[in-house]
Amino acid sequence: MSYSTFAEARAALSNDETSCEALVSSYLERIEARNDAVNAFLTVDRDGALNHARYLDSQLERGNDRPLAGLVLGVKDMIAIKNQALTCGSRMLEDFTSLYDAHVIEQLREAGAIFVGKTNCDEFGMGSSNETSYFGPVQHPEHEDYVPGGSSGGSAAAVADGMCHAALGTDTGGSVRQPAAFCGVVGLKPTYGRVSRYGLVSYASSFDTIGPMGRSVEDVALLLNALAGPDTRDATSAEVQVPDYTRALGRSVEGVRIGLPEEYFAEGLDPDIRRMIEAQVEQLRDQGAEVQSVSLPHTEYGIATYYVLATAEASSNLSRYDGVRYGHRADLETMQAAIKEEHEALHEQLGTAQSNGDAERVAQLQDQLDTQSDLLRALYVQSRTEGFGDEVKRRIMLGTYALSAGHYDKYYEKAQRVRTLIRHDFLQAFEDVDVLLTPATPTPAFQRGEKTADPLQMYLSDVYTVPANLAGVPGLSVPIGTHPDAPHLPVGAQLLAAPFDEAGLLHVGDALMKNVPA
Amino acid sequence: MPVTPDDVDHVAELARLSFDDEEKERLARDMSRILDHIDTLNELDTAGVPPMSHGVTRENVTRSDEPNARISREQALQNAPDTDGEHLRVPRVIDTDA
Repeated sequence: MSYSTFAEARAALSNDETSCEALVSSYLERIEARNDAVNAFLTVDRDGALNHARYLDSQLERGNDRPLAGLVLGVKDMIAIKNQALTCGSRMLEDFTSLYDAHVIEQLREAGAIFVGKTNCDEFGMGSSNETSYFGPVQHPEHEDYVPGGSSGGSAAAVADGMCHAALGTDTGGSVRQPAAFCGVVGLKPTYGRVSRYGLVSYASSFDTIGPMGRSVEDVALLLNALAGPDTRDATSAEVQVPDYTRALGRSVEGVRIGLPEEYFAEGLDPDIRRMIEAQVEQLRDQGAEVQSVSLPHTEYGIATYYVLATAEASSNLSRYDGVRYGHRADLETMQAAIKEEHEALHEQLGTAQSNGDAERVAQLQDQLDTQSDLLRALYVQSRTEGFGDEVKRRIMLGTYALSAGHYDKYYEKAQRVRTLIRHDFLQAFEDVDVLLTPATPTPAFQRGEKTADPLQMYLSDVYTVPANLAGVPGLSVPIGTHPDAPHLPVGAQLLAAPFDEAGLLHVGDALMKNVPA
Repeated sequence: MPVTPDDVDHVAELARLSFDDEEKERLARDMSRILDHIDTLNELDTAGVPPMSHGVTRENVTRSDEPNARISREQALQNAPDTDGEHLRVPRVIDTDA
């Protein structure tokens, strides 16, 4: 017995037509049947989920209800659940077990959510296709050759494939909204500061957010009710009141001012996606929304700005993985053997340089020999080199480069200034409109392997999602049907709003989704 | 090409990573292409525009300094690759022969 949304399951629960245990069991069956193919879950906590479901059932019998009782949730494996693995899709953390619960996990457990397992993701959240996970790619639920998007590809695929009611993702540059669009589910990136990051493994701290993904706007609103709010353990979490987000639903869009940023409809947008968005706009206009064109003039600089600042923050955040306190450590004996070999090679070169009387080369080789004989340093290097995958290394390298002497002003500080301009674009636009409506992605899901050889092309696929992270504003991705050329591929619209106006996003998102023919 | 394999060596040194020659070539090429794109930022005049470091601006966030739940030594060592039961163990860094 399964229900398409949590809200439906909730109604069935309150009519005694089902139980939390029955809900969990039906999702566990689905996971068992499908996960080998889709690879959405990295770990499944079968016993923990069933035990918690039974506990909730006994509580419900006593009339002790909770707002999310019976919600079967997947949790992206970047978010800590006490005593469970926390891999971030990386070899580096293959054997890591979390010592504590993230703030969002505490909140959701209290609200009655049941954590059924940890979902696959791009390594440390770095990727747009879920192809960088050390534990293998996630498959698009509708077509085995396509990517589900990333980095929260496991969460999106799990929800779309009916392996859980909803899931938590994380969004640093579009990692909730883009996979939600590719898989045909709803995904919310909250305002920076709306949801505590305590217990979220850091990628780029000034961009990272945790967001809910579900099959309806209502489910996402119910989750946000539990997720939002301040937390003393995250100094960037905001003391802003949390409304009941479900009150934003089911209301008319009459009089709502909707802006269409012209830069998001420029070259590079798939023409069918453009037509699908325009059809949505027409319906909203018919329903009384006031639609106008707006400009966010610095949009084209979003990707460049993001890939300086996010990689710089990543290079700093990921310096903690050194093979000493936790995480992957290179094998010492293998390392010593390698060092010995390299040592001998350097000595040979030194001999040659000395007999040639090349003083400069001699000094250089002496330096290398000194550094190279430092075993602890070699342990750092080898552990990191083995523990991180190619994309993570590429971003650490880019970020280190941007922060290194001689490049800081040119890249890092410049990008910080452009970030101010991009934020200003948004704040300016929200003087005139309530929400912005854009495509979530320039194309539908692409094929596996299509963009892995060209990192820049992969980065450019985030062009519509990255600006919201730069500006810190909230964004919602809503499915609006499937692509006419590829009926298995969903298409998503994105709504953006002023800081802390998640209610405005959910209001219009709900109306938008109801306009889409089932 | 703004980034050479020698630059890659230098940055890898700073980042505590190592690459073979083929990887260095590829990284130099990828980083150069990405940096070429990033160079488009120079089209913008940002004189007088303040740098933005965070999604929200909050200053002087404080909390009371009270003891709260801590982890035990055992827990702290739980994820360590090598310990002697009480401490983290790493390769010898002090030369005792000297």
